[in-house]
Amino acid sequence: MPAVQETVEQVKSIDVDQYKYGFETDIETEKAPKGLSEDTVRFISAKKDEPAWMLEWRLEAYRRWLTMEEPTWARVDYPKIDYQNAYYYAAPKAFVAPKSLDEIDPEILRTYEKLGIPLREQEILAGVVRQDGADAPAGGTRVAVDAVFDSVSVATTFKEELKKAGVIFMPISEAVREHPELVKKYLGSVVPVTDNFFATLNSAVFSDGSFVYIPPGVRCPMELSTYFRINERNTGQFERTLIIADRGSYVSYLEGCTAPRRDENQLHAAVVELIALDDAEIKYSTVQNWFPGDSEGKGGIYNFVTKRGDCRGRNSKISWTQVETGSAITWKYPSCILRGDGSRGEFYSIAISNGRQQVDSGTKMIHLGKNTTSRIISKGIAAGRSDNTYRGLVSAHRKATGARNFTNCDSLLIGSHCGAHTVPYIEAKNASAVFEHEATTSKISEDMLFYCMQRGLSEEEAVALVVNGFVKDVLQHLPMEFAVEAQKLISISLEGSVG
Amino acid sequence: MSLLEIKNLQASVEDRQILRGVDLVVNPGEVHAIMGPNGSGKSTLAHVLSGKDGYEVTGGSVTLDGIDLLSIEPDERAAAGLFLAFQYPMEIPGVATMTFLRTAMNAQRKKRGEPELSTPEFMKRVREEAKNLSIDPEMLKRPVNVGFSGGEKKRNEVLQMALLQPKLAVLDETDSGLDIDALKIAAEGVNRLRSPERGMIVITHYQRLLEHIVPDIVHVFSRGRIVRTGGKELALELEAKGYADYEQEAAA
Repeated sequence: MPAVQETVEQVKSIDVDQYKYGFETDIETEKAPKGLSEDTVRFISAKKDEPAWMLEWRLEAYRRWLTMEEPTWARVDYPKIDYQNAYYYAAPKAFVAPKSLDEIDPEILRTYEKLGIPLREQEILAGVVRQDGADAPAGGTRVAVDAVFDSVSVATTFKEELKKAGVIFMPISEAVREHPELVKKYLGSVVPVTDNFFATLNSAVFSDGSFVYIPPGVRCPMELSTYFRINERNTGQFERTLIIADRGSYVSYLEGCTAPRRDENQLHAAVVELIALDDAEIKYSTVQNWFPGDSEGKGGIYNFVTKRGDCRGRNSKISWTQVETGSAITWKYPSCILRGDGSRGEFYSIAISNGRQQVDSGTKMIHLGKNTTSRIISKGIAAGRSDNTYRGLVSAHRKATGARNFTNCDSLLIGSHCGAHTVPYIEAKNASAVFEHEATTSKISEDMLFYCMQRGLSEEEAVALVVNGFVKDVLQHLPMEFAVEAQKLISISLEGSVG
Repeated sequence: MSLLEIKNLQASVEDRQILRGVDLVVNPGEVHAIMGPNGSGKSTLAHVLSGKDGYEVTGGSVTLDGIDLLSIEPDERAAAGLFLAFQYPMEIPGVATMTFLRTAMNAQRKKRGEPELSTPEFMKRVREEAKNLSIDPEMLKRPVNVGFSGGEKKRNEVLQMALLQPKLAVLDETDSGLDIDALKIAAEGVNRLRSPERGMIVITHYQRLLEHIVPDIVHVFSRGRIVRTGGKELALELEAKGYADYEQEAAA
């Protein structure tokens, strides 16, 4: 059988059904009444025991949202979402914020264990360190985890130790009560309530997420991490993350996402806001593996996410690294506003689509300050019958003298029924701006695979080798532990993508 | 027992028959040259032996050390001891040559149920072989064949052959695109790999390569089959008279 034909056959039988995080946890939950109304917003706010100003903020967002239209400019295609046919809040029943891991429903702990997040172990590890009286080792060796289950945060580890360093890392619902001055000052300051349809929706109904504050001059002693898990049926997840790196501080933050496999689509509309003040640096890494839907495109998560970082201070730096393998639809553009003079934004992305997944992702680098620099490395891999679009904007304000950008965006096609598209926008309103753009599209050739196979590699090993070579520039920007996980995830996502 | 046995091998591409009944026996230790005009099917023979997609075998059989090659996948053929030195080695961006060599060696070892090579063991072997072929260690850090000169690409092929230690090596137009110095280095590398256990098939259009890799047996290939077999002097005769006679003969 000719090569191409074989690939076609194989693509037809692609097994995206191998999603290994597709199990469901059976626990009793309490949900908000179905549908979206002012009452839903009030219900959520009351559940979170929020102060009046927070409720007002939400209601304002809700009223604004009613006047907005769902955007249609992205290269994705899905049936109209019925926003009244979903639940906007779900929490494990009788949920009281746990004081220690012992108070957490063991079913939830088991769920996270299955996902490879040993919360308990980390806590024990923390205990051991304390006994020895040793200082916290440098970041990367241990990870503090905030785990979000449907609409609530169930556990945050290493709280005590972070507190010693002055780092605040807690569910945002707690931060609203405990650090209202910080939340008031920064929430919505990067992604305004009115920003876009999905961000506004999130502002009205956001349930939980992480809040991080790094005080001036502090290098966060460990990686911070949040795992998001959608468990409940027909429930959207609307998490909100807010990270503030005060002057001269540094933090590396990781997020991971999974969901059970279900036949119906589920909505995930998150907002992430990062603020870096003078000389501060934030490194934000994502491994997104929401359920992508089955091989026929049934089910899967609609991932409509607004992520934006504000390099507010001089010489501040924000870098986004993402490995996107999941979701039926991805609509996501982690961006940087380079406001402070000499600030720097980076975006490193690997976006893989297989089966019938649709990805429309990229970044925006908005150069406002003088001598600001940015770098974009995007690697899109399309297999099966998927569509993979890179959409990016690089702009320089007229006052942004000396702005520099380098963009490299490569696409790799596996098989003949997928698509790769590149939509770069470049706007330089300043004559001194230097913007470079490189782009390539290639296909894994049968000849390349044959060459590898003639040397003894199986076809899957050959594809993995070629793909790993393709994404190498980006993988090396992930924290070590995540890079290994991401590499595995990449080969799982591409299983069965060739003959 | 003979090492390679090809019996009445027939193969076609998109219903066009290219191989029209090839018979060939290679014994351990022998170096066979296959010469013939462009388009006679020499490279097709190499591709069919190694299992490249796009060819349909319509008849005949091939065994390597008693193993039926035609029934197994290309990677299994490689693990069984078949090596093809490519006429146009492929570039693999982002994959360091060193990584590629190691992945290949271990993939074959795994398939044969042998333990993986340790890093020091592997490094030692690569350094040795690279030195023999005048390969700069820096070259091994570069992505596979990306930006390599013609000579570097062919030396890289010989390096892989030296590391993989195949039972049977098929060299497809190894001389193409090489100047005389590069040709000599590659040929020396190949000669070092001649051994009483190993068989080789050297496919070439020109006699030039055979001055450096001296064959035991020369075959003339024309219109998809071997039309004449002789000693190394046959190569000289072809150089003088060309292939025209054989083409008529094959057509008749």
